[in-house]
Amino acid sequence: MFFFRLKRTIKLGAKSLWMHRLRSTLTALGIIFGVSSVIAMLAIGEGASRDAQEKIAQLGSRNIIIRTIKPPEDQAAGGQQQTLMEYGLTYDDAERFQNGIPDVQVIVPNRRISQQALYRTRRVSLEVVGTVPWYPEISPTRVRFGRFLSTTDMHYKQGVCVLDERVVKELFAFDDPIGQDVKIGGDYYRVVGIATEQSKTPASTELETKDATGAKKAAGANVGAMYVPLTTVKERFGEMSLQVSSGGAGTMERVELQEIIVQVQDVDMVMGTRQSVQTLLSRFHKKNDYEIVVPLELMRQAKDFQRIFTIVLGSIAAISLLVGGIGIMNIMMATVSERTREIGIRRALGAKKRDIVIQFLSETLILTLSGGLLGMGLGALIPFFVTHFGQMRTVITGSSLILAFGISGAVGIAFGLYPAYRAANMDPIESLRHE
Amino acid sequence: MIDFRQELDFDAEGPILVMEDLCKSYQLGATELRVLREINLAIARGEYVAIMGPSGSGKSTLLNMIGCLDRPSSGDYRLGGQSVSALDDDDLSMIRGARIGFVFQSFNLIAQLNVVENIEIPMYYQGYSEHESAERACELATMVGLGDRLKHRPSELSGGQQQRVAIARALANDPLIILADEPTGNLDSSSGAEILTILDRLRDEGKTLIVVTHDEHIATRTERVIRLFDGRIDKEEFNTR
Ligand SMILES: Nc1ncnc2c1ncn2[C@@H]1O[C@H](COP(=O)(O)OP(=O)(O)OP(=O)(O)O)[C@@H](O)[C@H]1O
Ligand SMILES: [Mg+2]
Repeated sequence: MFFFRLKRTIKLGAKSLWMHRLRSTLTALGIIFGVSSVIAMLAIGEGASRDAQEKIAQLGSRNIIIRTIKPPEDQAAGGQQQTLMEYGLTYDDAERFQNGIPDVQVIVPNRRISQQALYRTRRVSLEVVGTVPWYPEISPTRVRFGRFLSTTDMHYKQGVCVLDERVVKELFAFDDPIGQDVKIGGDYYRVVGIATEQSKTPASTELETKDATGAKKAAGANVGAMYVPLTTVKERFGEMSLQVSSGGAGTMERVELQEIIVQVQDVDMVMGTRQSVQTLLSRFHKKNDYEIVVPLELMRQAKDFQRIFTIVLGSIAAISLLVGGIGIMNIMMATVSERTREIGIRRALGAKKRDIVIQFLSETLILTLSGGLLGMGLGALIPFFVTHFGQMRTVITGSSLILAFGISGAVGIAFGLYPAYRAANMDPIESLRHE
Repeated sequence: MIDFRQELDFDAEGPILVMEDLCKSYQLGATELRVLREINLAIARGEYVAIMGPSGSGKSTLLNMIGCLDRPSSGDYRLGGQSVSALDDDDLSMIRGARIGFVFQSFNLIAQLNVVENIEIPMYYQGYSEHESAERACELATMVGLGDRLKHRPSELSGGQQQRVAIARALANDPLIILADEPTGNLDSSSGAEILTILDRLRDEGKTLIVVTHDEHIATRTERVIRLFDGRIDKEEFNTR
């Protein structure tokens, strides 16, 4: 009974809206744009935040990354005369972390050097990462084919390497890279494995690769990583490098390690361990030649930022929906006064006030909800184009759709109630006399 | 809520409506405009009554009062033994919907709806099913001679046809009382005659009919003529047929 009544009420409402098609469409536009902007903004915001979150998560939430940086005072002095600069993290630091901080579970010391690699006639810029066999434990790097570096490689300072997939793509056209030798400087490195960076969503990898290749073509930056045993790197490249400044003067630099990655057992231990690392380092480093990066901290900051972002976007969207709602209210007030006579007739023929309220409220709701549905469609299209043409990641969450649709319903009720109430409270006799 | 169908049928023996010292006045600024004064009236079930009087004498106001569209300022009005002054707005809607059929001078059809849909309006509020009401609306339209105009809009009908739709609509809820305010006022004489024939037929079916009119010819077809003057019942005449 109730259901049939509802069905007929909707039919009636839809019919009278259909009679004023143009007006109804224009009125609904306010809601359509309001809802679609809510969805689009939330999708763009969510996409950006997930991108950030994932990039940070790749660094590892249980990791603490300590990086060598060039101390600022040396930077100022450099370029004046040719000197030897010693700075940065050392093997001793790594050992101290190992022995001095109880929560530390894994320690990975890394050397990172930009080099040109050669295979037959192909040449490519890459980053030589001198690392340890357990590097994959603390990074998203996974072996696709072959194997990773072994302790034997490490011990015997073998000339072997594991290549990043992207490097393989650039360096080996059709050949199977495993077992081939890649040349850097005067040395050969035999490829024992191919690694890939595992990522949660394929979409982001795709975009990242696009970025990477695009950037490479522009600036000749590194294509990817080549993992070599740390001991081999130490022996073959040494620890010295010549930095030529823009003035032409060169500076010899000696850096033992570019980074040390420390992993703790549990996320709860991250902040405490960070403190211990800081204390240890400040005791042995006179110069400010290191930075500590805590992905977990970054993640929290990103979340805070995301919250503010969402609030701002939400407020803008809410205002646009408010404007849409006022437009609807305006039209409904006009409709009610235009249909005064109809209201009088219906009241005379037995309609209760409630019936009139339901009639006009349902018209408003049909208007806003169908506007909401169309807005949802449009709102889903916008992020698609943003992703396609703007190469920006967007994520439409189910909750944003439900939220936007719910809001459009709420707007319908909030702004439809008053006109409907006005209609119901008109005096039947006066309404009948209305011209 | 009161079930008015039962309430009204209960008192089937006595007069269907009774007015005692009923007054209606409007407050216009400082002056009080008394439109109806001390109306005392009883109408029996199945009676055919005409209300006549000069313009502004309060005929429409009285008819609205009878039809529970308006409330008296003072005095008592009982419909089927139930005092109307005691009822709230929704109850009045309920009575109108269940027991009263209105025919207005200016037809008052809803322009956007077709013939069938217009006739369906009272049934919609009485909770008829969609099928039931559509069927009954078609029957009624056929009864008033519009069986071939079911899908026409009011604007596509002549005045007489529109008024016949209005009569069909007034019958839709199977009312006890049919109230018509100058039903032929806007019609030429032949269309008017058609309407009067339909009203005669309704009287023969035992409906209570109350018609406001300026036309003495119509008055002669009724059983009683109530003449209003300046808000009072000036004279009551009984026609013997
Ligand atoms: N809402 C109102 N406020 C003030 N005065 C009113 C109101 N409604 C009606 N009147 C007055 O009541 C008087 C009676 O009006 P009513 O419509 O009942 O006359 P009537 O007898 O039907 O006239 P007619 O034959 O022209 O239709 C008129 O003088 C009118 O001005
Ligand atoms: Mg009148």
